[in-house]
Amino acid sequence: MASIYEKKFVSGDPAKCVGCCVCEYACSMHHEKTYNPTKSRIRAVRLNPFVNLAVACRLCEDAPCVAACPRDALEQSQETGIIIVDEDKCNGCGWCIEACDYGAIQLHPESKVVYICDLCDGEPKCVEWCPEEALDFTTKDILAQKSRVAIVKKMFQEALKATT
Amino acid sequence: MSYAKRILHVDLTTGKTKIEPLKEDIAKKYIGGIGLGMRLFLDNSKPGTDPLSPENPIIFATGPLSGTMAPSAGNSYAVVSKSPLTGGIAESKAHGFFGAEIKRAGYDAIIFTGKSEKLVYILIDDDSVQLMDAEYLKGKSPHDTEIAIREDLGDFYIRVSAIGEAGEKLVRIASIINDEFRAIGRTGMGAVMGSKNLKAVAVRGTNDVNVGNLEEFTEFIKMIHERMKGPATRKYRTLGTPENVLVLNSLAALPTRNFTQVTFEGAEKVSGEYLNERYVKKIIGCATCGMRCDHIGVVPEGPYKGATARVEFECLWALGPNCGVDRLDAIIEAIYQCDYYGMDGISAGVIVSFAMDCYENGILTKKDTDNLDLHFGNAEALVEMVKRMGSRKGWLGEVLAEGTMRAAEKIGKGAVKYANHIKGLELPGYALRTLKTAALGFAVSFRGACHLRSGAYSPDVKGKVDRFKIEKGRGKLVMDGEDLYNVVDSLILCKFSRGVFFEGLEEMAKYYTLTTGIAMTAEELRQAGERINNLARVLNIREGQGTREYDTLPPKIMSVPVPDEGIAKGAVVNQKEFDIGLDDYYEIRGWTKEGIPTVEKLKELGLSDLVPIVKKKLGPQTPKKKGKGGK
Repeated sequence: MASIYEKKFVSGDPAKCVGCCVCEYACSMHHEKTYNPTKSRIRAVRLNPFVNLAVACRLCEDAPCVAACPRDALEQSQETGIIIVDEDKCNGCGWCIEACDYGAIQLHPESKVVYICDLCDGEPKCVEWCPEEALDFTTKDILAQKSRVAIVKKMFQEALKATT
Repeated sequence: MSYAKRILHVDLTTGKTKIEPLKEDIAKKYIGGIGLGMRLFLDNSKPGTDPLSPENPIIFATGPLSGTMAPSAGNSYAVVSKSPLTGGIAESKAHGFFGAEIKRAGYDAIIFTGKSEKLVYILIDDDSVQLMDAEYLKGKSPHDTEIAIREDLGDFYIRVSAIGEAGEKLVRIASIINDEFRAIGRTGMGAVMGSKNLKAVAVRGTNDVNVGNLEEFTEFIKMIHERMKGPATRKYRTLGTPENVLVLNSLAALPTRNFTQVTFEGAEKVSGEYLNERYVKKIIGCATCGMRCDHIGVVPEGPYKGATARVEFECLWALGPNCGVDRLDAIIEAIYQCDYYGMDGISAGVIVSFAMDCYENGILTKKDTDNLDLHFGNAEALVEMVKRMGSRKGWLGEVLAEGTMRAAEKIGKGAVKYANHIKGLELPGYALRTLKTAALGFAVSFRGACHLRSGAYSPDVKGKVDRFKIEKGRGKLVMDGEDLYNVVDSLILCKFSRGVFFEGLEEMAKYYTLTTGIAMTAEELRQAGERINNLARVLNIREGQGTREYDTLPPKIMSVPVPDEGIAKGAVVNQKEFDIGLDDYYEIRGWTKEGIPTVEKLKELGLSDLVPIVKKKLGPQTPKKKGKGGK
């Protein structure tokens, strides 16, 4: 298997997410030892009762945040795909925040440098705590498989019923 | 320490603010939520204040768990003031997202006094507190207000708690609504906000909320999360509280047509089962909570197509069976209208049913209703009447906007016979002639008719007692329920989650200790619950109420036998058994026969400073005899 498919990240399922923010609290608890969603690396968005989704870093290939940093403070791990912040180089200018289409990069209110999902050393706490099992720690390959299987199931539900 | 240790005072007349520290002993004694709120109310108000005058403070209080990851409690706040509906002490709680934001902004409570010259909203951004122009928000629904403020300030994460047109127009059953569907519903707190020209409270908080022992706290809430996935919360996660419709109907305990009958022939069509199959589009939840209880109903077709509301049993019942209405589309529309104008759905339904009862009995005519056919079961008339009440439109709209008690006086002609309220607060959906522990509990509740002050319907519904009579022993059931619920409402735990505390107060005390870092035992917590009930009682006494003659039941419950054929036929609460219940309750509470807390009781609970208030009422009795004041 090509190495790209081994990179796992946190992905929210809009069909399951209810916008409860438990992920935000779990994240700040793990990383910051406090409860404060404004310091969470994953943020939930509720547009209305029916449209909810939690969003974190998606490990873009050729990550635009890395390219946008004028001070070379961001580096993408070859191995895991996470974005590593060199806190000595980062001066909080926010170019990377602007470059990220997903709002997954934020400026830390105290350290004044940016912070990004680091996947909790391979065991993301948000995934562990999500009461709806709406967060997956998964690869893009598996996500594609899931969607593919789901759509085929939907298209051929009659045929499925007839054969099982 | 999960308390912010700060109380914010806002004088809306001058725009001045100040910060007062929250002392640790007060925090422990009154916990937070309604307990802390009522203590602050006592300390910041004068007796006999008109509820709609600038002098009446309105207090937003968080709980010790607010702002933490505590499931069902990390998201909550309570509002305390003097009720424009009852004239007594008032409190209400709401969950959602808003409450946590107050704590994160760095406050345990906010006390609003005075009155702004123009309509304003208050913007609290951590330490910065500003009054903002709200004239452009006039007449907007609470939810539209929330959207407008967020857009104006360009901040998606601002949380807003607001009133609608009903609150602005001082409708006495006006609510305060946050996060679209979550209401400070009962006792008319929205009207108090309206009387201050305060349209909304908008908060953005960015501070940390820390707990006493992070490791053990985390373990504890992990356990609660797991339990929430189990049987203790099954009802709320599946059919939701509308499950009650068929349960109560089968027990002959579903009040129908303004408490005339106790069964509803249309129950199936408004049942939780029917609702979930046809109307519930998604079940969502509040911040930090692992339980999913918000059943969001959407009308898919017909005249009310698109109407969206969170549907719980109480509002469904009040605007449905209680008005003889068996159409869920109209019920969802009526709940939506209550949310839109910002009104308590329970009170709104019971007021409309009162008007329908008057209409059926010839006390109101088409002349009074501006040609509206107010027969029971007329769904269109129900929706129209809710709108008129919310906007004080027409003569009847104006009259009903004052609440059942005042409307009955105004209408006259014997309308009081059909007025279903206790202390001025409309009855919720339990038939008190066939659930008599509930009858006693509702009668003595300090905020007026309420199923959530003691949960006294529970032993009746579960068959733990003979629900067709009141006898000795019921007083203790009510008292224990009240003291527990005072704790729940001061920690501001969601009542839907009460079943996950297998060890009751023991676990709640542990929860408190782990969160705040302040040691608390189960007995201390129980006593805090008792203290809070006595405080509330004394506050009512201070306002000229709170004694035996105010612990009443509506005429229909006391004098009209149940007409339905079957097990309940002929049931009524008679004066004799009711008196037995009151005597029993006052005695177990350590109060006098008149229902006044004794000096000894107040001292025992650390409420010595309240003694002068009751002394006036107790009169020249001999306080030497222990345990007995009064007559």
